[in-house]
Amino acid sequence: MIGAVIRRRAGRWALNGAATIGLLYILTPLIFVTWLAFFRQEIPSFPPEGYSLRWFAAILEQPKFVNGFSLSFRVGALATVIGLALGIPAALCISRFQFKLHAPLSSLLLMPLLVPGVVLGTAMYVFHVTLENGLDVDVLGTFYALVAGHVVIVIPWIVRLVTASLAGVDRATEEAAQNLGANAWVTFRRITLPAIRPGIVAGALFGFVTSFGNLEMSLFLVGPGRTTLPIVILQYLEWKIDPTIAAVSVVQILLIAIVMLITDRYVKLARVV
Amino acid sequence: MAQLDIHRLTKRYGEFHAVREVSLSVADGEFLVLLGPSGCGKTTTLRMVAGFIEPTSGHVKLGGGDVTLLPPWKRNAGMVFQSYALFPHLTVAQNVAFGLEMRKLPRSDIDKRVDEALALVRLGGLGARLPRQLSGGQQQRVALARALAIRPDVLLLDEPLSNLDAKLRQEVRVEIRELQRQLGLTTVMVTHDQEEALTMADRLVVMNEGSVHQVGTQRDLYERPADRFVAGFVGRTTFLAGTVEAPGRFRTDGGLGLAIVGDTTGKAALSLRPERLEIASGPLPGLDNDLSGTVEFVSYLGAQIDIHVRLSPADRLVVQTANRAGGFAPEVGQTVHVGWQASAGQVFAD
Repeated sequence: MIGAVIRRRAGRWALNGAATIGLLYILTPLIFVTWLAFFRQEIPSFPPEGYSLRWFAAILEQPKFVNGFSLSFRVGALATVIGLALGIPAALCISRFQFKLHAPLSSLLLMPLLVPGVVLGTAMYVFHVTLENGLDVDVLGTFYALVAGHVVIVIPWIVRLVTASLAGVDRATEEAAQNLGANAWVTFRRITLPAIRPGIVAGALFGFVTSFGNLEMSLFLVGPGRTTLPIVILQYLEWKIDPTIAAVSVVQILLIAIVMLITDRYVKLARVV
Repeated sequence: MAQLDIHRLTKRYGEFHAVREVSLSVADGEFLVLLGPSGCGKTTTLRMVAGFIEPTSGHVKLGGGDVTLLPPWKRNAGMVFQSYALFPHLTVAQNVAFGLEMRKLPRSDIDKRVDEALALVRLGGLGARLPRQLSGGQQQRVALARALAIRPDVLLLDEPLSNLDAKLRQEVRVEIRELQRQLGLTTVMVTHDQEEALTMADRLVVMNEGSVHQVGTQRDLYERPADRFVAGFVGRTTFLAGTVEAPGRFRTDGGLGLAIVGDTTGKAALSLRPERLEIASGPLPGLDNDLSGTVEFVSYLGAQIDIHVRLSPADRLVVQTANRAGGFAPEVGQTVHVGWQASAGQVFAD
């Protein structure tokens, strides 16, 4: 009797312990980076000699960080918008129709998640060079070529999450709308779209974050004077290690956290992810 | 409300006939029930009327006009779905208003008709709720109000009661039926529940494997089933396999000789309704058939008792007796007599 109670309690402690370890494992790097960003000394070493905000000020003094941030943001936003325009119809097609190439197509749309970024980048580089030679226009290293590349890594997230939320839509509600006089488009706009909105928002969010943080593929696609934030960070680290990078990371973490919090107000993320 | 005509409607999926040459006519204000086991084609038929499935051939006429090729949104048919299919992100009032908005009615008319429809199903005052805040029975009534608000030419009910618990189902049956009568709604309902079908319908259509087996009133189907399938599906019956040896003479495979009404000789099945049989401890003089047998199983069902009697190694019958005070209540193993008039049985040639 008492043995059973102890065993049950021990089980709960073990479970909570494991969860705590897992959480710490994820949070520790974030905590350390954040801590580091406020160190006063130039060489990141422990213990800190004091605290300051100078490294945050240092970011603003270096245009490459500001520009990199701006570029990453614009690329991510535009890639997400294009990704939505392509991904939502693709998700609808995959979840609503049965056709010959159904399985290969749905795998293909998720593929960019599995292919290493370097491979993706190389392939796109070669493609851009070919396109440039063939069409005799500037492709390689342009803003739009970079966006086009990022669209590829944004689409899988949107397709996946929208497909998942479409699976939860009662098809009968769409039929009911049509029965009440709504044509196919009105049915989509008034019934289907509100039902899959959480999936769309979550897909866009994950797509944007993936694009924003992408390094490997972007390395192949950026042009002179056009560098995304992760590449700026990499280049900076090649020459110097000081808490500026930590400060940049903190800004990045904050941005993503804010995006997530805003999203969560409209769509409960815990329900879709 | 209007008349609905279905003419030789067929739906084929490859070689499979989901619906085969179904022709039906539903009069203005009539309540027609399509009854049959799952996969019999009743739902496919209903969905072809609603426009969700395109027929392979045949026609659907609603209120005189041919709607066979019209998309669902151009037919004025109100449907209540099995899952109710309420729009989860819209309030009850918005759900009911949806069809009226699609018809581009002025806002004031919409509000008025929403109120009317909700009052009709006794949900006035719940317009601001979301569907998930309602009970199953209330959701069902919202679905009904939503379908009625558009003043449809025909009301289509697809197993509308199957998600309700047994007690509520009985109430809602009566409620829907009264509403249908009061408004004079031309209605087609699909169900596999024969009790539901029998209580609600003006006329019933028994379907199996895509075809209509019989169309008729409750009494027609029960007393004069067109074939063996209908006899077995509507009400309960026991079939004895055997042969019609001569006009009026039936011999079961177990060797029993029975008096019947029927002239066509050959292999056949004799259908006997459990409640049309007499049972007693001794002989039953005055009946055309009187056989002795052994009680093998007794189910006590409260108002009635089912007694399974073995008449021969190959023949067993179910007899239903009313559970009256002092009535005959045999026990398993007891020898009893079972008897019936020749006219109580019905013979179906194989």
